[in-house]
Amino acid sequence: MSPLSCYLLVAALLFAVGLAGALTRRNAILVLIGIELMLNAANLNLIAFWRYGPHPEALTGLMFAVFSIAVAAAEAAVGLGLVISIYRHLRTVDLDEISRMKG
Amino acid sequence: MNTDLLRILPETILVVAGILVMLIDASLPPRAQRRGLIWVAAPGTMLALWASLIQLRLDPGTAFFGAVETSPFTIFFHVLICGIVLVALLLAYDTLPRDSHHQGEFYALVLFGASGMCLLTGAVELLVVFIALEISSISTYILAGYRKHTGKGPEAAIKYFLLGSFATGFLLYGIALIFGATGSTQIYEVAHKAASAQNHTFIVLALMLMLVGILFKVSAAPFHVWTPDVYEGAPSPVVALLSTAPKAAAFALLLRVLYQMLPDLRSLWMPLLWVIAAASMTIGNLAALRQQNVKRMLAYSSIAHAGYLLAAFAGLADKGIAAAAFYIAAYAAMNVGIFAVVTLISGYDEHLPLVADFRGVLYRSPLLGSLLIFFLISLIGIPFTGGFFGKFYSFSAAVGGGAVVLAIIGLLNSGVAAAYYVRLAVTVAQKPENGMSQAALPVPQIGVAVGAALLFTVGATLWLGIAPEPILRAAENAAHALQ
Repeated sequence: MSPLSCYLLVAALLFAVGLAGALTRRNAILVLIGIELMLNAANLNLIAFWRYGPHPEALTGLMFAVFSIAVAAAEAAVGLGLVISIYRHLRTVDLDEISRMKG
Repeated sequence: MNTDLLRILPETILVVAGILVMLIDASLPPRAQRRGLIWVAAPGTMLALWASLIQLRLDPGTAFFGAVETSPFTIFFHVLICGIVLVALLLAYDTLPRDSHHQGEFYALVLFGASGMCLLTGAVELLVVFIALEISSISTYILAGYRKHTGKGPEAAIKYFLLGSFATGFLLYGIALIFGATGSTQIYEVAHKAASAQNHTFIVLALMLMLVGILFKVSAAPFHVWTPDVYEGAPSPVVALLSTAPKAAAFALLLRVLYQMLPDLRSLWMPLLWVIAAASMTIGNLAALRQQNVKRMLAYSSIAHAGYLLAAFAGLADKGIAAAAFYIAAYAAMNVGIFAVVTLISGYDEHLPLVADFRGVLYRSPLLGSLLIFFLISLIGIPFTGGFFGKFYSFSAAVGGGAVVLAIIGLLNSGVAAAYYVRLAVTVAQKPENGMSQAALPVPQIGVAVGAALLFTVGATLWLGIAPEPILRAAENAAHALQ
């Protein structure tokens, strides 16, 4: 197996793990961790495609990954802020208990 | 002056206005009222709108090494988004609680979000697409939880946030695969390389993943679950914004990805969107029939409208794009308008959230009652309103593209939808019950700012319904620019 397909396989597994975590966990923070895993799987893909692609001298993939890490950090900051704000009200971060609106 | 800078002038103005709002907000004493910051936010938005119109004088082209583009397509959406944001700001000015000390943050977030949405419509580099989408999303996540002192606000925000970032994960993974398959993230280069690619597996997979991410933002059927909860929990002035502006930007991105980046895969994505359009209309309308809460009902109705709009994608490139762009404009005008009216009737804290609570509004406030009925008529799609021509162009584009069945499903759905719109309209027109507490309810006050916002939305809805030619021509120019 070529190095590129190894990396792609790892990234796909990471994405699957993140997806499973985001879908099955009921704790808001664990769901957030699952989503971060999905984003990092995409970053790993970008780096692998860049390094083993036809133009490793152009820094496209690397730049993309750097920006996406920064954006993911901003997103996590907002997400944790929202988790704290809901915890103040309901004293729980369990998504099933948070969910009051129905219909 | 450097034309590169002119090509991102509207976004620059919005960001500068947002930063100004934040700086002034921070320098005001802690107990001071922050409502006056509208005098920075609203003129900033108007300036951005003007700057978008100035861009019509530029030759269509890209700037910053092929990262952003100015064309009739981007200008159409810039003007639309700036118009929506302006109305939402005026609405918020009169309806947010006056003693709130967070209004500075509110205006700043709206402006930053607007800059992200504008950038998204002009981005032709997938990195810029990703960043712009996140700027707009992160701002709207926070805005959705603006009423943080009620339980519903944070719940709406956290649901929106978790599902939104979940969808972003798919989008980013799709972009990574596009980069792997074509070696580029510039949309024109991707289009060029995808056309000559031997192996389409990665590109097809990437398209699917990107579609998940984008269709979530427009709340199309399998990805719509967040919509009712977010619309119910977020304050109504915010819902007026986030049910229209981010959707318009996301539809612009969808048009760009499908018609400009991967037009050769039309045989693949067309049937897919056919199913999603039919599902969105049907699920949205059937669920709306059962709703007692007005905002939840309008949330499901907006899912159905996303379906009507997606029907235009079944059309041939020219007509399809123009019909979709026109529909977005018509939908934005009437939806912002109806949420403005609902905000005034239900109040910011929503003491009157149910359809039954709207009984007799026409007698309590004849103006608001008749405006509500007017916007409902437009949402049904009766002639002389924007909603009629939006549906008309969308369905005729679908028929032109050979999707006759989809157009018939759309027409049937319009009939179902009329049932719940008419139910609300009839409730509004019923006489209030004698001796009920409703008679004692205060008549909603219509301030100058919200009055201007209502006038603007009514004018736009009527204009699109009586003389749609100028907007349709602009939409057709936009469609040409995209090909």
